[in-house]
Amino acid sequence: MTETTVNTVNKKNLGRRFEFKFDFDTVLNTFAMWLLAFLWALPLLYAIWTAFHPAAYETRFELFAPLTLDNFVKAWNAAPFARYFLNTFLLVTLILTSQFVLCTLAAFAFARFKFPGRNILFTLVLLQLLVMPDILIVENYKTIRQLGLVDTIVAIGLPYIASGFGIFLLRQTFMTVPSELDDAARVEGVSFLGLLLKVYVPLAKPTYLAYGLVSVSHHWNNFLWPLIITNSVETRPVTVGLSVFAAIDAGVEWSVINAATLMTSGPLLIAFLLFQRQFVQSFMRAGIR
Amino acid sequence: MAKREWIYGWLFLSPALIFLFTFTHYPAVNTIISSFFSTPKGRRPAKFIGPENYQALIEDEVFWTVLENNFWFAVGTIPTSILLALAMALWVNSQLKGRTLARMAYFAPTVLPLIAVANIWLFFYTPGFGLIDQLRGGLFNLPASNLLGNPDTVLAAMIVVAIWKEAGFFMIFYLAALQSIPPVLKEAADVEGASNFYYLRRIVIPLLMPTTLFISVNAVINSFRLVDHIFVMTDGGPNNASSLLLFYIYETAFQYWQTGYAATLTVVMLILLSILAIGQFFLFDRKIHYR
Repeated sequence: MTETTVNTVNKKNLGRRFEFKFDFDTVLNTFAMWLLAFLWALPLLYAIWTAFHPAAYETRFELFAPLTLDNFVKAWNAAPFARYFLNTFLLVTLILTSQFVLCTLAAFAFARFKFPGRNILFTLVLLQLLVMPDILIVENYKTIRQLGLVDTIVAIGLPYIASGFGIFLLRQTFMTVPSELDDAARVEGVSFLGLLLKVYVPLAKPTYLAYGLVSVSHHWNNFLWPLIITNSVETRPVTVGLSVFAAIDAGVEWSVINAATLMTSGPLLIAFLLFQRQFVQSFMRAGIR
Repeated sequence: MAKREWIYGWLFLSPALIFLFTFTHYPAVNTIISSFFSTPKGRRPAKFIGPENYQALIEDEVFWTVLENNFWFAVGTIPTSILLALAMALWVNSQLKGRTLARMAYFAPTVLPLIAVANIWLFFYTPGFGLIDQLRGGLFNLPASNLLGNPDTVLAAMIVVAIWKEAGFFMIFYLAALQSIPPVLKEAADVEGASNFYYLRRIVIPLLMPTTLFISVNAVINSFRLVDHIFVMTDGGPNNASSLLLFYIYETAFQYWQTGYAATLTVVMLILLSILAIGQFFLFDRKIHYR
């Protein structure tokens, strides 16, 4: 709420100031901003160009070069991408739901209850921000093997479902819930679980959205751990599938590889273009607190 | 009542804690223990060998190469991507024309999988055929280059990729911080006749210090964690010139199956991460102006 007021004030001010600012400084800054934006967009635009044109136009830039979807069809048929997408979808859903449940419960405990060992345990949770499962691949592989879960989708998700980041984020949000609300619900005889579900969770909706977007994009894109723990088509997520596909360098055309690359990042990229504002705000919200 | 409270606390906490301990704390401690044991082979179990793995580490030339690569990779990516992120955020937060489009361009690489990013850039770098050589040949008539095949240039080529992927992500944090700076400060600076640059240097940048600390800790962790692109682009080569510590851990554990030695390498990584995180905290602590 305060943010919006600040923003409106900000805009008004900037608007006023802007009238006097058609100077060298502005021109130079605009030019630099555009140049960097162009450089930043270039690799992606180039990939899009090659993916939508016949292989002959990979390095020939003609405005009216024929457009085609052949590369996507070829890529789709050359590897079991449908299955890879299903795997990633299952994986991301599994991780997100488990994270929501576990992190909500833990965050509620940290925010609402006083119990011995709370500070030490919270420090241990925060430690995961530094020592992530991403770098403990050797020992986690041993654990998963002992559990007999190697080459399953569950195994890809397990190390990530108790997320220190998620607990921290939700705890910070839960701490802002006014104690009056809490007391009122308790007086009415609501149980702790009811309190959590009826008061705390609804108030934290923006945090859930933010954390959800960050988590989905992170696990959609994750590669090293899935590469280690999977070794069959039935479990591989799209990132690993893409690397397997691109590694067969027996003359797969670049345009086809680029089509596959765009295809695997496509859902996230399209979602990003559609919900750009929410995405940026979510990442911001997830980052600053 | 108070007693009941803490039972509930533990009850709500325990599911998350079980997973957290199983996949973070237990393996972290176990890594340290494993580093003093040999690798189990077939029916022969791991046996205690004391600091032998660490002696091997000191004599392992590849390890030192990889560590040096990681150092240069961090030095190459962290300051540049933070500076670019700051510039991006200042531009996007201003009233310049086309800032929405610019924001889109800056942020798009962030949502791509690193593995996809690597594919795109691999194509860029293809000798004689990729866009870089097309430009070199077309504009300057230079011969084909092999940036990824040359030990002198391969790490720099990787650094560029990492910066491209990361800067837009860091921009978001600066953007959030910039929007929380009260506009009154800018007005006061204007009344006092301070230049834009002076305002930036004396007010904006000091106020952004906590964000800079947050971003730089993140950037340091990322410089150890981001290795996906190596799999696609170089496989660590040529001659380990582009291999990083986590990639070497992967190779040692899952290609040569030397899990004992891989644990030793992981311990080095854990120590480095801790030192850097603590160090940054103290380095920045004196320069941060908390509000």
